Amino acid sequence: MQQFLFKRKNHIAFLSGILIALAFIIKFLFKNDLIFEILLVIASVLGLLPIALQAYQALRVKLVSIDVLVTIAVLGAFAIKNFEESAIVTFLFLLGAYLEQRTLNKTRSAIKELTELAPDSAFKQMENGEFKEVDVDDVDVGDILLVKTGGKVPVDGAVIKGEGYINEASITGESLPVTKQESSLVYAGTILENGTIQIVANRVGEDTTFGKIIELVEEAQDSKSAAERFIDKFSKYYTPVVLILAIVVWIFTKNIELAITILVLGCPGALVIGVPVSNVAGIGNGAKHGILLKGSEVIKDFSSIDVMVFDKTGTLTIGNPQVSKVSFYTNNKADALAYLANIEKESDHPLAKAIVEYIGDTKQYSIENTEVVKGGGIIAYIDNHKIVVGNKALMENEEIGLNENVLSDIRDFEESGNSIVLTAIDGNLSILMGIRDEIRPNVKENLQKLKNLGVKNLVVLSGDNQTTVNVIAKELGLTEAFGHMLPEDKSAYIKKLQEEGHKVAFVGDGVNDSPSLALADIGIAMGSGTDVAIETSDVVLMNSDFNKLPHALGIAKATSNNMLQNILIAVGVVLILLASLIFSNWMNVSIGMLVHEGSILVVILNGMRLLRYRLK
Amino acid sequence: MKKVTIQLETLACPSCVQKIEKAITSLNGVNNDSLQILFNASKAKFEFNDELLTIEEIEAAIGKMGYEVKKSQVRDL
Repeated sequence: MQQFLFKRKNHIAFLSGILIALAFIIKFLFKNDLIFEILLVIASVLGLLPIALQAYQALRVKLVSIDVLVTIAVLGAFAIKNFEESAIVTFLFLLGAYLEQRTLNKTRSAIKELTELAPDSAFKQMENGEFKEVDVDDVDVGDILLVKTGGKVPVDGAVIKGEGYINEASITGESLPVTKQESSLVYAGTILENGTIQIVANRVGEDTTFGKIIELVEEAQDSKSAAERFIDKFSKYYTPVVLILAIVVWIFTKNIELAITILVLGCPGALVIGVPVSNVAGIGNGAKHGILLKGSEVIKDFSSIDVMVFDKTGTLTIGNPQVSKVSFYTNNKADALAYLANIEKESDHPLAKAIVEYIGDTKQYSIENTEVVKGGGIIAYIDNHKIVVGNKALMENEEIGLNENVLSDIRDFEESGNSIVLTAIDGNLSILMGIRDEIRPNVKENLQKLKNLGVKNLVVLSGDNQTTVNVIAKELGLTEAFGHMLPEDKSAYIKKLQEEGHKVAFVGDGVNDSPSLALADIGIAMGSGTDVAIETSDVVLMNSDFNKLPHALGIAKATSNNMLQNILIAVGVVLILLASLIFSNWMNVSIGMLVHEGSILVVILNGMRLLRYRLK
Repeated sequence: MKKVTIQLETLACPSCVQKIEKAITSLNGVNNDSLQILFNASKAKFEFNDELLTIEEIEAAIGKMGYEVKKSQVRDL
């Protein structure tokens, strides 16, 4: 019975609406007041049933909910035989609830689309060796699963058999399919476009990368800022206070009409729902554009930043450096290159990879006593030759002479935007390499958009030499540029900015700059879906797409404004209603309920505008 | 102790979070500090002592409050 009533709430609203319309038609056409009243009583009782039931359930757990206020108000209207008001109030309340549900679903739709990408079934290998389709919840770590062409990978795992192309857009945002073969890792929620593979499950359910992204977005849309927590607390005490106020007014004035009007006006609807609605619509808009914003506190902080600090490699640049210029100062080029290649092969530094790729296959040497100098380079021995590979500072430390010829080449290389790698063999400088990392497309335009959005300072920090960094800063229109920065220098610089009272956002690729990401007021990761980047940052740009950065700031600002508007609307409506109750005579329960429900719809519709937000 | 994630019907009314919170915290065996009600995702997440309480009892308490439980997932802690 109870479940039936709750499920049919919308039908009841519809029915009671018809009854009320019918009642008024009969009253005006046939002037029959008796049928008019009977119809209204039926409509009131019908509409009150689900509301009163909810009120009863709430009271049983000692909660004075909005249903309790409305139920008492309706009973009060009954007591003074004002059936017109009781019918209209219940109808409006139910209609409001229906419209709220409909519109709220709209604001949540963007995130819902994301969660619906989650796989729900899997082909699992049973004890008899055959594959059977099971619910994805029944898959455990270690299970062997079959994925067919067109199917979704159900869990994170490793390929043990077969080959195929997988579209990983749901994780990385990159829509070009990736080849997967034996021992390749595959991720839940990605789609096998071609081929058939068998995988062994490594992580299932909420532990998968996709599961984590969904959980993060779900928690982000429901995370509350300090202001919201205050409103929540406030509304908890607010409803009982309204109830007491109404009783007091009734006792002293003996005016039931006034008392029940207070009950209806006192419902705290728009205030409670206004901020979460903006939040969910803003985060939903971000998710649709490949931007993860972690909650309303993040939105608030992000919208007020004035300095944006960028890491260079992998953020402003593509992060795939290549050797663009080489000068030799030795006659034995082949040996020098072979030594260099062998040493660089041991390193996973991006510059080292570029050098190895450039030199290609060489003679193999065994390397001894490798010493890595932080922020400098590498010193190692091959066949009793001391090889020093690194930047100018390292050469100076190792007292390797750089003549005027070399110094002028270095200047020349740096001025065309190259990072410098010097190689010295037994104290003699042999090779100068200039390595350039291509700047991402459209960076300049995007930086301009950020400035238009009100970011005052755009700073680049880099481990590279100052000249190279200056060249890039000038080319892109950055306001400040600092080279020779180690990871700890970067975080120290951010701390200094914060002490000066700036709100700082740091944009990095999340690989070696996690301290800066964590320290900045807003850490923005150019994530390609790695766990670390997703967890340590406040904002993640999926697919490492720099073009999304202005949109991210824009939607944060729009959302923050939207929240403020909703709070103003909600508070304004309550104040106007209360004032009109005291100073005017047109206010009654029906109008109060209409305005109350109307204000809830207004804040939801206002929030929905965020779903369509686009940066101009 | 077990951890449960309950998918509820779409939550829309401003006070329904409070009601569900009360319905769950008034049960004996729920770790109240772990309770998280996600309004927009319409989910409740919390830990409970499976010696004192069953998932059926939890679902019944929420159902009694007038909210439909769509799906619940219990996991070991």
